[in-house]
Amino acid sequence: METGPNNSTEDTATWSFITSTSTKSWFLCISLFAVLIRLAVAIHPYSGAATPPMFGDYEAQRHWMEITVNLPVKEWYRNTTANDLRYWGLDYPPLTAYQSYFHGILLKLFDPASVSLFTSRGYESYLGKLLMRWTVLMSDLMIFFPAVLYFLTVYYSRKPNGEKNSMAWHSAMILLNPCLILIDHGHFQYNCISLGLTTAAVAAILSDRDIAGSLLFSLALNHKQTCALYDYYVAMGGRFFNALLFWVATVMSAYYAPAFFGYLLGKCLKRQNPILEILKLGLVVLGTFAVLWWPYLYSVDASLEVLSRLAPFERGLYEDYVANFWCTTSVVLKWKRLFTTQSLKLLCLAATISTCLPSMIQLVRFPSKRGFLHGLLNCSFSFYLFSFQVHEKSILLPLLPASLLAFEEPFMFRWLIYHALLSIFPLLRRDKLVLPYAVLYGLFGLLYYTTGGRKDTTEIYSFYSTLKSSAFACSIFLHMIYMTVTPPEKYPFLFEAVIMLFCFSQFFLVFIYSNSKQWALSKTSIQEDAEKKRL
Amino acid sequence: MKKPPNNRHPIGGGIWWPALIATAVKLLLIPAYRSTDFEVHRHWLALTHSLPLSQWYSDTTSPWTLDYPPFFAYFEKLLSFFASRVDPTMTHLHNGLNYASPSTILFQRISVSFSDVVLIYSVHRLSKDRNFGILGRFLIWVLVIWSPGLFIVDHIHFQYNGFLLGILLLSISYLEEGRDLMGGFVFAVLLCFKHLFAVAAPVYFVYLFRHYCRGGVVRGFGRLVLMGSAVLVVFAAAYGPFLYYGEIQQVFRRMFPFGRGLCHAYWAPNFWVFYILLDKFLAFILMKLGFDIQTPKASFTGGLVGDSSPFAVLPTITPLITFITVILAISPCLVKAWKNPQPKMVSRWVSYAYTCGFLFGWHVHEKASLHFVVPLAITVLKSPEDAKHYFFLSIVSCYSLFPLLFEAQEYPIKVVLLLLHAALMWFGFSSYFSSVDVKGKHNKSESPSFYIGWFGKCYLLGLFVVEISGHLHSTIFGDRLPFLPLLIISIYCGIGMMYSWIWQLRQIYLTS
Repeated sequence: METGPNNSTEDTATWSFITSTSTKSWFLCISLFAVLIRLAVAIHPYSGAATPPMFGDYEAQRHWMEITVNLPVKEWYRNTTANDLRYWGLDYPPLTAYQSYFHGILLKLFDPASVSLFTSRGYESYLGKLLMRWTVLMSDLMIFFPAVLYFLTVYYSRKPNGEKNSMAWHSAMILLNPCLILIDHGHFQYNCISLGLTTAAVAAILSDRDIAGSLLFSLALNHKQTCALYDYYVAMGGRFFNALLFWVATVMSAYYAPAFFGYLLGKCLKRQNPILEILKLGLVVLGTFAVLWWPYLYSVDASLEVLSRLAPFERGLYEDYVANFWCTTSVVLKWKRLFTTQSLKLLCLAATISTCLPSMIQLVRFPSKRGFLHGLLNCSFSFYLFSFQVHEKSILLPLLPASLLAFEEPFMFRWLIYHALLSIFPLLRRDKLVLPYAVLYGLFGLLYYTTGGRKDTTEIYSFYSTLKSSAFACSIFLHMIYMTVTPPEKYPFLFEAVIMLFCFSQFFLVFIYSNSKQWALSKTSIQEDAEKKRL
Repeated sequence: MKKPPNNRHPIGGGIWWPALIATAVKLLLIPAYRSTDFEVHRHWLALTHSLPLSQWYSDTTSPWTLDYPPFFAYFEKLLSFFASRVDPTMTHLHNGLNYASPSTILFQRISVSFSDVVLIYSVHRLSKDRNFGILGRFLIWVLVIWSPGLFIVDHIHFQYNGFLLGILLLSISYLEEGRDLMGGFVFAVLLCFKHLFAVAAPVYFVYLFRHYCRGGVVRGFGRLVLMGSAVLVVFAAAYGPFLYYGEIQQVFRRMFPFGRGLCHAYWAPNFWVFYILLDKFLAFILMKLGFDIQTPKASFTGGLVGDSSPFAVLPTITPLITFITVILAISPCLVKAWKNPQPKMVSRWVSYAYTCGFLFGWHVHEKASLHFVVPLAITVLKSPEDAKHYFFLSIVSCYSLFPLLFEAQEYPIKVVLLLLHAALMWFGFSSYFSSVDVKGKHNKSESPSFYIGWFGKCYLLGLFVVEISGHLHSTIFGDRLPFLPLLIISIYCGIGMMYSWIWQLRQIYLTS
C-alpha cells in the first residue's frame, strides 16, 4: 500500500472524517455499521431452530416470556401445573425475569400466539423470529451501545489528544466483538444486557462515581452472572446463613465481582473514612438487590426457592466441551468419578478463589484504573477456567474486559478473541451459523488492522508473538479439520476435545500473561508513590 | 503471517479494504429475501447450460425467458459451468424450475459478489490518478462500493448491476484517460451485456466522433473506421452466432418487448407519474364540470390492450413519443459534447443521459436510477454544490428502491443501509470540503463548505413523513386504496428526480 514520507499524515487522513469530527458523529457511523452487521447476522438461524422436543436457547427465552407474561410473579420460579420447570424453567436471576416480562408484553402485542400459555411451546414463525430478534437488538441499542459510549468518553477523557484518534477504532473493537454478535444475534441470548450494565458500571467507577457503579453492577449481577454460589452454600451446610449474608457472598462469587470488590475496597481504604465508604457501597448493593428481589422477600423459603433455581443441582461439573480446567483435565483425571459432587463444588470454589486472589490482592493494595480492568479480566478468567458448571458461552465474560483494554493491550485482545471464537465454533456449527462465523472472523481481522487503529507493540513480547502466530496457524488448521474431516466412530467428539484442549492452553497463557501485566502495574504505582513522597 | 511492528497502517490504504468490508456484509446477506429475479437468473443458468445456443432465445420452458443480450447469456453459460459442478439440479432445465437449495442460493449470491470485482477494479482505475488526496479517494470508493442501492438491488433483491455498472465505469475511466478506442470498445461490450445502457449511446457517439475522430479528414476518417470496426467486432461476437443460426429476429423480439406498459408494476419516480396524475386530475375536474369522461379500461402497467388508451383526457403515450422525448432531453448535452468534447465531462454527460432515460423512458424500472447515481459518484468532489446534489440524489434514489424489499425482515436492513450511507456522506463531505477550503482558499467564510439548505432539509425530512404515512396507511384507510403508499413514494421521489435532472442540465449548460 502507500509507502512514503507522508505516511503518518495520510494514514490519519483516511479516517479523519470520522475521527476528527465530534465523538457523536463517528460513534453514530460505527454504531450504524454495528447495527447493520447485527441485523445481517440475525437473518441466519437461531439455536435449536426446528429441533423438537427441547429446541434451544431461543425457545428457552421465548418460554420465559410465555411464563412471565401469563403467570403471577410469585409463581415464576415455582414448579406448578402451569409452570413445568423441567421444560426450560426460569433459572436466571430476577432482572432476566423482568426483562422477559417486558419483552413478552411486546410480543403479546404484535403476535399473541407466540407467548400464549402451553400452546406456544416450540412456537416458530417468521414474525415470531423477527420480533424476538428485534427485542435483542433493542436491548443492545438501549443498554450496550450507550454503555460503550459512556465508557469510551470516560476512558479517553484523561488521555492526550493524539490518542483520541484510536477512539473510533476502539469502539469498533467493542461494538463489533464477533463472539458477542454471534452469541446474541445468531445463537440467541441477551448477554448484551448484563455486559452492557457491567460496561456502564466500569465506566462509572472509572469516573469515580462509585455509587452509581455499584448500583449498575448489582443490576448486571441480577441479570445473568449469579452463579454456582448456592452450590457452595449447600455444600458447606450453610443453613445458618441468612438471605442477607447470601447476597454479600453472591457478589463475591460472580465473575467480575472479585475485581469490583477488590478495587472498590482498595479505593475506600485509601480514603479518610474507609468504613463509612464501604458501608455506603454495601448499602447501595443491598438496596438494589432488595428492590429486584422484592417479590420473593416475603419469606426465606420463597427467596431460597428462587436461589435454588439459579443453580440447579442436576447439572454437572461442566457441559459439552468447554475449554476450562476441569473439562480439559478430565481427559486424564475422571473428576466426576474421583469425587462426590459436593466435594467437587468445594474444590472448584477453592481453585477459583485461589486463582482470583493474586489479582484481588493487587487491586486492594494498589488500586489503579488500568489495574481494575486487568482485574476484571483476570477474575472473570479464573471463573471461566476453574468454577463449577461453566458454559462455553461464558467466554464472553473475560472477553468484555479484554475488549475494554484493547487500546492498551491490542495484542492480548486479538490473541484472546481468535481463540474465544474457536472455542465457540462447535456450538455455532451446531446452530448452522458457520457462514456468519466465518464472515465475522474475517471482518474482525479487517477492522482490527484498519488504518488509524492501535499500533501493535508486539516487538517487546517477541516470545508471546511467535507463540501467538503459531497458535493462530494451529487454530486455522483446526477449523479446517473440524469442517472437513468426519471423526472416527469410536470417538465422535474427538475434534471438539482437541479444540477444547487447544483453547484451554491458549486461555491459560492469556490468563498468566494478563496476571503478570497486572502485577507489573503495581511496580509503576510504587514508583509513582515514591516520586510523590520525594516531591 | 505477522505484520511488522510499528507499521502504522498495516491495511486499509488500498481499495480492497472497503471492498472486503462490503463483501463481508454481502455474504452475511445470503439468506435474505430474494425476488423472482433469483429464479430468473437460475433459469438462465439452466437454459444456457442445457440447450444449444440456437435455442436460447426461443425456449419457453419457464415464463422467465432470456431477454438480455447475448454477452449476458454467455456470462450465464460461464457461470453454469461452475454451477453444474456445485449442484447439477440447479442447471437442469426442467427439474431446476423454482429450485432453491442452500447450495444454489450460496452459489448464485457468491457469483454476484464475485462479479463485483469488475466494479471494484474500475473504481480503482477511476480514482488512482486523480488529485483527490487519500480522503477523497476513500470517499469515492465508499460512495460506489458501499452504495446502499447496489446492496438492496444486487445483494438482497438479486441482480448483477454491480458487474454491469463496473463495465460502464471502466469505459468512462478509459475515456477520462483519453484512451477513446478502448472506452468505445468497452461500452460496446456493455451494450451487448445489457441493452438498457444504450440510452447513453448518443452521448458516446457524439463524444467519440468529435474527440477521437478529429485531426483532419483523412485521420478522422481512419479513426472512425477503426472505432467502427472495433464496435462491429464486439457486436459480431455477440450476435454473430445467432445470425448464423437465423435466430436474430427472435433475439430482438425477446430483447425489446414493447407489449409492456408505460410504467413498471411499481411506478418508477419519473416524469410519467406526473403526466398520469395530471390526467387523473383533469378527468376529475372535467367530470365535476359535467363532461362525460370515459374511465379508461387499460392499465398503465400492463400492455396496451387493443386501441384503448389508459388515459382519460390527455393523449396516449407511445414508445415512439418517449423515445423522442428522451432524445430531446439529451440534446443539450449532445450539443455541448459536439462543441467541446472534454474527457473530464464524460461521466457527467453519461449520467445525464441515463437521468433522461430514467425520467422519460418507456417502462422504466426503479432500479435504473442506479445507472446515473453510481457514475455521478465520480464527480461529487468537484465542488460543494456537486456534493450537495449527490447527497440529495443518492438518498432519493435509495429511498425510491425501498418498495423492492417489502418483507418485514429486510425492513430495518434497508433503513440502516440508507442511514449509514447518509451519515458517511454527511461527515465525509463536510470533512473533505472543510479541509480543501483550509488548504486552497484562505478565506474560509467566503467559500462555503458542504451544507444543505433549509429547502433540502425540509425535502429530506419529508421522506420520513412519506415513510411514516406509508405505515399508517392501513390504520387510516384499511384495505382501500392499496396503491396509495407506493404512489406517494413515486410522486415524492419523482420531485427529487426532476430536481436532479434540472440541476444536472443547468450544470452541463453552465460549464463551458
